[in-house]
Amino acid sequence: MTTTGIISQLLQLVIALVLAPLLVGWVNQCRAWLQNKRAPSLLLPYRTIRKLFHKDAVVADNASPIFRLTPYVVFAAMALAAAIVPSLATDLPFGHAADAIALVGLFALARVFIALAAMDLGTAFGSLGARREMFIGFLAEPALLMVLFTASLISGATLLPTIVETLAHRDIAIYPSLAFAGVAFTMVSLAENARIPVDNPATHLELTMIHEAMILEYSARHLALIEWASALKLFNYSCIGLALFLPFGIAGAGAGWLAILAATPALIGKLAVGGFALALIETLSAKLRIFRAPEFLGTAFLLAVLAMLVNLLLGS
Amino acid sequence: MATAPLWAQLINLLAAILLLLAFAMLAQRRVLTLIDLFAAQGFALACSTAIVAYATRQPHLFWSAGLTLVLKVAALPWLLYRLIRQLDVRWDVEGLINIPTTMLIGIVLVVFAFNLAYPISQLANTITRATLGIAMASVMLSFLMMITRRKAVPQVIGFLSMENGLFFAATSATYGMPMVVELGIALDVLVAMLILGVFFFQIREQFDSLDLKHLEKLRDAQEAE
Repeated sequence: MTTTGIISQLLQLVIALVLAPLLVGWVNQCRAWLQNKRAPSLLLPYRTIRKLFHKDAVVADNASPIFRLTPYVVFAAMALAAAIVPSLATDLPFGHAADAIALVGLFALARVFIALAAMDLGTAFGSLGARREMFIGFLAEPALLMVLFTASLISGATLLPTIVETLAHRDIAIYPSLAFAGVAFTMVSLAENARIPVDNPATHLELTMIHEAMILEYSARHLALIEWASALKLFNYSCIGLALFLPFGIAGAGAGWLAILAATPALIGKLAVGGFALALIETLSAKLRIFRAPEFLGTAFLLAVLAMLVNLLLGS
Repeated sequence: MATAPLWAQLINLLAAILLLLAFAMLAQRRVLTLIDLFAAQGFALACSTAIVAYATRQPHLFWSAGLTLVLKVAALPWLLYRLIRQLDVRWDVEGLINIPTTMLIGIVLVVFAFNLAYPISQLANTITRATLGIAMASVMLSFLMMITRRKAVPQVIGFLSMENGLFFAATSATYGMPMVVELGIALDVLVAMLILGVFFFQIREQFDSLDLKHLEKLRDAQEAE
């Protein structure tokens, strides 16, 4: 464990925590522009979180400890994931704490807790949202794992820093398998982050909502943590995507200070483009019926499996 | 990791696209989009044949690429479009099995085809031998499409796309067949298409529908009902 490693780890964690709400604000702004609406401020997510932290929390009388614990567990899981995903540098002390498969497990842990908390109070909306979330989750997870397996097969490792090292330093060539995996990963990210083809993030109190239905009972600091955690989740998924499919600009193993500092603007630039692409996808597509979601995620799974098979057969 | 030359990468890419298109056809609900996908598959096939021809300096492959282009990208889709217009059928394609299940069966078939092709492609010494598995997989996927579809038009498209797969297999295993054979097959497909077009009208005359399950009953049994 080197000093540079610890510094880059800390820098990466701080950047993730600080920039995650900004990414959400940027996506919302782009979407408003694309839809000819007046855009909300870029800093709106920060203001929302600050406002929520200053309010008094209201918790239902029959809430169990799980309900109170969940925001902290979810936030901690997302923050830990942000420390593991190599977004700035690959020389991360935390990077060896969990490989790609454990990372999927970390996301699953957050999902289980948030679903339990939603069912805890016994409200109709909460259980409905929890059921739908688990339904989406069990379809999305295999596809996500297959995408990660494809990257692991190419690089021969399941540790994310090693994968990124290998992918960033290979010769430039056409990789059909990575192209398939990239499309599959985009589809999974859309579903996992409650984005438009599967869920609409802009609606409260609609019968089709999934994520919003689960967090209806939360208020004040709990809600702030959950909002921040979902911003972090979007940030993490974007960083995984960038690390796997556009690993250029990430500081390598022996990189010094300058490389790590130079990686920050590169990351921000890539995230800005990625955020715009997300807003574009959300504007161009319509929300699917919930029972069409298996088809959507089934296609993602199919693409991911094809990526793996093509990689095995063609070696590319 | 050693990098393959650009044309080999392009062939691999086109092979992957062919496989993707085969799955897209398997999942497609609309018959007009199905025809477009078939044309796209033909185009990918023509491109890959042309690249193989360029890479191995085999002029006769250029001819077969051109033949593919004319026949499978222009003529057959045009014929199919015309048939659809004359029959006035724009229904959504009905499958016997729902689409996610069909796709899962498709994945199993692809794994099977890859396993089957692996020892064969070890014996071949062509530059494109790795794509043999993909060619076999797309043949099997077209088979699956013929099995799971109930109506006549999608079944015929499945038949035609199976021919695409066979053609691709021939190119990847042995750099294509002799010109005479290729011309013969092209003519066969064209004639089969024309005859099947006549069949469509006959089937519809008899049963007022293109659903092939009507063909499973014998006439006597039908009258007895």
